[in-house]
Amino acid sequence: MSNTWTLTKMRMRLAVRNRAFFFFSFVMPLLFLFGAITFFTKGESNWVGYVLGAILTLTVMGSFWGLSVQLVTFREQGVLRRFRLAPVKASDMLASSIISNYFLTLPIVVIEIVLCRYAFHLRSWGNLWAIFLLVTLGSAAFAAFGLIVASVTNTMQETQMINNLIWMGFLFLSGATIPLAIFPGWLQRFALFIPATYLATGLEFAATNQAGLREIATDAAALALGLWLAFEVSRQLFRWEPEAKAPRRAKMWAAAALVPFIIFGVWENVTGTRLKEINQNYHALSSQMAGFLPKQK
Amino acid sequence: MGQPIIDVQNLHKSYGAVQAVRGVSFSVQAGEVFGLLGPNGAGKTSTVEILEGLRTADSGVVRVCGLDPAQSGDEFKQNVGAVLQSTSLPDKLKVKEAIELFANFYKHRADTNKLLKQFQLEEKSSAYYSHLSGGQKQRLALAMALVNEPQVVFLDEPTAGLDPQVRREIYDIIEQLRREQKTVLLTTHYIEEAERLCDRVAIVDHGLVIATGTPRELKHGAAGTTRIEVRLARPLVNGVLGHLEGVADSREFDGTYVLHSAQPPQTIVALVKALQSENNELQSLEMFSPSLEDVFIELTGRRLRE
Repeated sequence: MSNTWTLTKMRMRLAVRNRAFFFFSFVMPLLFLFGAITFFTKGESNWVGYVLGAILTLTVMGSFWGLSVQLVTFREQGVLRRFRLAPVKASDMLASSIISNYFLTLPIVVIEIVLCRYAFHLRSWGNLWAIFLLVTLGSAAFAAFGLIVASVTNTMQETQMINNLIWMGFLFLSGATIPLAIFPGWLQRFALFIPATYLATGLEFAATNQAGLREIATDAAALALGLWLAFEVSRQLFRWEPEAKAPRRAKMWAAAALVPFIIFGVWENVTGTRLKEINQNYHALSSQMAGFLPKQK
Repeated sequence: MGQPIIDVQNLHKSYGAVQAVRGVSFSVQAGEVFGLLGPNGAGKTSTVEILEGLRTADSGVVRVCGLDPAQSGDEFKQNVGAVLQSTSLPDKLKVKEAIELFANFYKHRADTNKLLKQFQLEEKSSAYYSHLSGGQKQRLALAMALVNEPQVVFLDEPTAGLDPQVRREIYDIIEQLRREQKTVLLTTHYIEEAERLCDRVAIVDHGLVIATGTPRELKHGAAGTTRIEVRLARPLVNGVLGHLEGVADSREFDGTYVLHSAQPPQTIVALVKALQSENNELQSLEMFSPSLEDVFIELTGRRLRE
C-alpha cells in the first residue's frame, strides 16, 4: 500500500506539470458543458440535469484514453524497466494509475456540478451520493479498461488504433452523446452490452431524477465487477520490458473483462426495465421541452 | 576467503536461435569491484540482467547475497542496486524527487541530501529529468542505485556514450564506492575502465568467459609483450612481420599491423630493415605497454572494439 501511495503522489505531481493535462481534463470538458447546455437545454433545468449526466460521463470516461497512453509510453521509453529493479509490483503501478486519475478527475466533476447548479440554474443537486459513487466506480473502471488495452497492445500506434475503436463505441452507443431513446430498438438492446451505458444511464438518472443508491445499484454493480476483472486481467498481463510482446492469449483474457457487461446486458434485455426507464425519462423531458418551444403560426 | 557474494555457475541464456550466454561461470567476493569486459554482443548485459533479476536464465545457478534473483522477489531487490545500460525516467520528475521516490520503496534508505552531495547533484536537485545532461542523468542513475545502501551494485556500461571528462567523473564515483568496500559488478567494453577500476576482470566473448584474473595477472599472461602498431605505405603480401626478431604474434586489422614483441627495440630495427628491402615505407608507428586489449587479441584474434 505504501508503494502504491508513493507512486500515486508521483503520478499526480507529473500530471499537474503537464499542460496537456489541464487542456484535456479541464478546458475541454468545460467547453463541452457550455456548448451542450447552450445549444440543447434552452435553460430548462431538467435538461440541464440530463446534459450534466452526459458531460459527467464523458469526463469520467476520459480516464480510458489517458492511462493506456501513459502506460504504453512508460513501457516504450524504458521507464517501467527502471521501476522493475525496485521492490515494486505490477499491482502498485496499476493501482497508483487508477487512484491518481480519480483524484485528478474529482475537481472537474465538482466544478461541472457547481456550475450547472449556480450558473445554469439546475434546480436540484440530483442525488450527490449516487453521482459520486458512480463517478468513483466509473473513473476506476474506465481507467482499468484503458490499462487492459495497454496490456494487450505492443506499440503506441496499436494502442491508439484500438483506443479509437473502443472510444467510438463508448461515445456514440452509450447515451453519453446521443440519447439512447432515439436509437432504433435493436441498437438500444445492443447498447445494454456496452460498459459506458451503465455509467451514462446511472449518471443520467442520478442527476435528473434524484435516483437513489438502490436505483443505481445495477449500474454500480456492473462497474464494480468490470473494475475488478479489468484490474486483475491487466495485472496478469502487465509487461515491464519495452521488447516484451503481449502473448497471443492476451486479447482473450482482455475480453474476460467484458463478462459482467455481457451478463448484465442479457439480464437487462430480458427484463426490459432499463430501456423502459431510459425511454420514459427522455420522453418526459422532451414533453417538458416542447412546452418551451415557440408555437407554430 | 568466505562465500562469494555473487556466484554464477554454468549460466546459459538464448534468445530464439541466438545463444547469448553459453556457460558463463565466475564468482565475486564481498567488497570487490569485478568487471565483465568484452565487445558488444558478448553476453555481458544478458549476464548482468539475469543477476539483477530482470531476465531468467535458461539454465545454470545464480546466487546474489545467497538468493536466487529469479525466485526471491522483493527480498532480493532490497539488497541490490543497479544502473541499467539505459535509464529512463519521466521527463517532469525532478532530481530530488526521483531519489526520494525510489528511496521510499526500500526498508533501508540512504539520506537524500547526502546522495545529492556525493553525486554533485545539489545544484540540480530541482531540475526536471529532461533538462539534465547525459552525465548528470548517469550520476542520478548512480545515486538511485544507492538509495537503499545495497550490498551489491550492478553497473551496466556506466560510461557508455559519455564524453571523456564525464567518464572520468564517473570513474571517481566508482573508485569512491570501492573505497567504501561496496561490492560492484560492472560491465564495460572500455579497456581503461576495466584496468583502472576493477580488482578482477572476466573477459567475455561470444557468451563465454575466456579469461579471469586481476588486470595485472591477465596482462602478464600476455607474455609481457609490448604492442607495436604500424601502418605502411603499401600492404604486405607475405607474412614477413611475423618472423621479425622478438615478435611473438603478428596480425593485421584494417590496414594496421599489430605486433606483440618481447624485444621491442630489436623488433623495430628488424622492421625498418625488412621494409627497406621490400621498398616499402613506414607511415606510422605506435608502441603500447601490455594491456587487456592485448590479452583479448591474443585470446580471440580480434580487437575488443571493431
